[in-house]
Amino acid sequence: MIYFIAFAIVFLLAVIIVQIGKITEIASRIRGEEEVEIQNNTTQGKWLLAFMAIFLSGTIYSAYYYKNSMLGYGPLTSASEHGFELDSLFNVTLFFTGIVFVITHILLFWYSYKYRKQRDTKAVFFAHDTKLEMIWTAVPAVVMTYLVASGLVAWNSIFPTLTEEDKYLEIEATGYQFAWDIRYPGEDGKLGRKDFRLIDLANNSLGIDFNDPNANDDIVLGGTDKIILPVDSTIKVRITSKDVLHNFYLPHFRVKMDAVPGLPTSFIFKPVKTTKEFREQLRQYPEWQVPADPDDPNGPQRWETFEYELACAELCGKGHYSMRRIIEVVSREEYAAWMAGQKSFYSTNINPEPAAAVKDTTVADTTASAALDTASVK
Amino acid sequence: MANVTVHEEDVLIKDHGFDDHFHEHHHGDKYQTNFIFHYVFSMDHKIIARQFLITGMIWAIIGAAMSVIFRMQLGFPEESLTWIKPLLGKWIEVDPTTGIGKLVPEFYYALVTMHGTIIVFFVLTAGLSGTFSNLLIPLQLGARDMASPFLNMLSYWFFFFAGVVMFYSLFLSTGPFSGGWVAYPPLSALPQASSGSGTGMTLWLVSLVLFVVSVLLGGINYITTVLNLRTKGMTLWRMPLTIWAFFVTAILGLLSFPVLASGFFMLVFDRSLGTSFFLSEIFIEGQALDRVGGSPILYQHLFWFLGHPEVYIIILPAMGLVSEVLSVHARKPIFGYRAMVYSIMAIGFLSFIVWAHHMFMSGVNPFLSNFFVVFTLIIAVPSAVKVFNWITTLYGGNLRLNTPMLFAIGFVSMFISGGLTGIFLGNSAIDIQLHDTYFVVAHFHIVMGVAAFFGMFAGVYHWYPKMYGRFMNETLGKIHFWGTIVSAYAIFWPMHYTGMAGVPRRYYSFDSFDAFRHFADLNKFITVFAIISFAVQLVFVINFFYSIWYGKKMTSKNPWGANTLEWTTPIEPIHGNWPGKLPVVHRWAYDYSKDEREFVPQHIPLKEGEVGDH
Repeated sequence: MIYFIAFAIVFLLAVIIVQIGKITEIASRIRGEEEVEIQNNTTQGKWLLAFMAIFLSGTIYSAYYYKNSMLGYGPLTSASEHGFELDSLFNVTLFFTGIVFVITHILLFWYSYKYRKQRDTKAVFFAHDTKLEMIWTAVPAVVMTYLVASGLVAWNSIFPTLTEEDKYLEIEATGYQFAWDIRYPGEDGKLGRKDFRLIDLANNSLGIDFNDPNANDDIVLGGTDKIILPVDSTIKVRITSKDVLHNFYLPHFRVKMDAVPGLPTSFIFKPVKTTKEFREQLRQYPEWQVPADPDDPNGPQRWETFEYELACAELCGKGHYSMRRIIEVVSREEYAAWMAGQKSFYSTNINPEPAAAVKDTTVADTTASAALDTASVK
Repeated sequence: MANVTVHEEDVLIKDHGFDDHFHEHHHGDKYQTNFIFHYVFSMDHKIIARQFLITGMIWAIIGAAMSVIFRMQLGFPEESLTWIKPLLGKWIEVDPTTGIGKLVPEFYYALVTMHGTIIVFFVLTAGLSGTFSNLLIPLQLGARDMASPFLNMLSYWFFFFAGVVMFYSLFLSTGPFSGGWVAYPPLSALPQASSGSGTGMTLWLVSLVLFVVSVLLGGINYITTVLNLRTKGMTLWRMPLTIWAFFVTAILGLLSFPVLASGFFMLVFDRSLGTSFFLSEIFIEGQALDRVGGSPILYQHLFWFLGHPEVYIIILPAMGLVSEVLSVHARKPIFGYRAMVYSIMAIGFLSFIVWAHHMFMSGVNPFLSNFFVVFTLIIAVPSAVKVFNWITTLYGGNLRLNTPMLFAIGFVSMFISGGLTGIFLGNSAIDIQLHDTYFVVAHFHIVMGVAAFFGMFAGVYHWYPKMYGRFMNETLGKIHFWGTIVSAYAIFWPMHYTGMAGVPRRYYSFDSFDAFRHFADLNKFITVFAIISFAVQLVFVINFFYSIWYGKKMTSKNPWGANTLEWTTPIEPIHGNWPGKLPVVHRWAYDYSKDEREFVPQHIPLKEGEVGDH
């Protein structure tokens, strides 16, 4: 019955639509086609102008309205060093394209209105003008050259080649359906080999090869543990995947790179704000001074619950939208202290006995930031 | 005035036309005699064009309806979708305690995938280029038909069967393919990775290989016809821009689709024959795959080697149609004809050397990206030239603001808005932030989705009288135009903002991320306009089918006062297009408002002392 009613409604609407159409045909027969055409041109011309006005002011107003929720504006400035460069490139591009967007739209709609056919109007024969065409080929070419040049300079500085002398912390992110495993290199600062054939879901889900001495002190974070990173340190993330394509995406750090099975990729970035500092930054803005949970007005505010997040940005199957991990950027001292409390994967999962011994020496040696410089950060 | 001109034209063709003795050989053509061969297995390019158009429209409705369903899940995740359970069955999961029905994530991804595949290939490739290349190439060139009418018929039927296979895959118990329209392996190669990667993916591949055959048969025909069957006097530099666009489009298709097919074949081998072109070091479903040595990135190269030209295969025909419509209804020559042609060629050429700009973040060597950034952003130059030329075409014109013209103006607006965001994305450094976010979704929907649809609508409203001998209703056309441009911008403009906030595309739900879940209002807004936009398209569909039988009749051969040759053919279309001799061409297609004459069709000889082409 419901389907019958739905069908009847659709049918009725169709009839109404057809009838609306017929009215104008009858009108044009009464008033003469030429008259109707000229009047129509004026109406449509005005509509085009009105559309232009609403559209252009709408785009500008909405951009202003949403500016604080977009990356690079308001509170959401970059949390990594290279991110500022990207944000400024974005703004430079926005400046040029914005000008073109507004001017071309004004001309397009204004001409459509101004040169509409009226009684006794005529078109001019204006087929080409070499000088004009040269100008509007050259100007975009110059602007593009500038944008390309600044873009490529930034791009190549974001993907540097790190040498042995550079101090950096290399961690590894392994994507799989539908989560991430994170591995730290441990004391030696080197990630051990791994081999997908050694994967044993119960005991060695990454397939770490413990014949490689570098692997013995590697630390693997549990499934939901926060990823802790030291601030102001160069971090190289080695990105791999166990099954299908994933993408290691840190929106606040402007980091994004595919995880490809069989082909490790990497991204180098330097966090410049700890999670705490970023929260303080957000705190200044009224939209962050509201309760994080609308149902709990007395609970923590939005800025207090802010976390850096890791997401997947390459379709990987039905759980693609749920590969969240929290990243916490801390001071180097806190990082060193946290690292000191971690146990190597080998000691906890493969061979629990000698674990204690390894552990003790680490703790003993640790004077907070010294450990970071010598061990974890190469 | 108009009637007199038409009369003179008839005499002109009769007395001075080119006699190819066509009708002496083709009288009582057997292929035109009965219903089956006239309307179903037709070899007449005009019928095949309508077949492409109507099949494309059916697919457009299916593809758009899918987007409405997944938009409802995104915009109103709290609302129950139980009411579409009769249609979708087990793909709506009803929570037993709350009674709220939700789209199953697998099927959400299947809908997203099918929406992309259907709209890109079946609607905007076959439905757009297939329709208008078939209709206009012979008519505007003064040819009797395509070079090979038989291959032309096969082209349609391969497309038809590609559609049948794809349609069948929608009803599989494991669901249609759900790995995105780009079908990246290993997700698409391993049935254990996703339920849609089983039989659904097999059928997807079969369907698209059939589709590639269809495009190649069509493309070979278009190229041959353009090169060999132009009437006397129709030099390449006198061809209308529509033909130039279709010609370059066909070349792009011919060169790039086989590469896609090669990628598909390797994918089939990986799936069925145990090869490992695209697979390496994979551990899935508790087992290590024993095949190593391949690279998933190789597939991406092969895919985007088609994939990028493909977006120009979609947009170039629309550009051609819009150039023609703008010029005819502005009563002015298209501004900078030669620059327009060179731009089409430049865009066509460049489209082959920019494919990896889809892969900046896919793990290819970052150094390689330098070249692709440069080539990509060079495309902005010919594109800008085209935009400026379109706008200048309006300058000083005498514009008829009827539905085809409005859609052509809308096209230019869309192409500007969507084209400019391409400058952000083509710059690899900015792409780090924007890649695979809603910013990309906004960009390509506006520039090649909505814009191509606008070009197609402009074409349909403009050439409808040529197809059916009747006009579409103007009032409904205007409702359609205003409804579409407003809702299209309302849908896609806000996506720039969510994209700039970092929200990734292809997310079934944004709730789990603190960074992405604060756009519920925008998502609702987008969904509401998606529904409105869908409803407005139904006005078009009704208008289209109603007008076939009841539209205002065409009373003169050349209702728009256009210069191109298709308007010299009889109102009642006939096999062979012209009843007697073929028209002979004496000038370019854009002599509008020249020397006090409002329009001078191409087959009118030059007056003494008149300068011909421009």
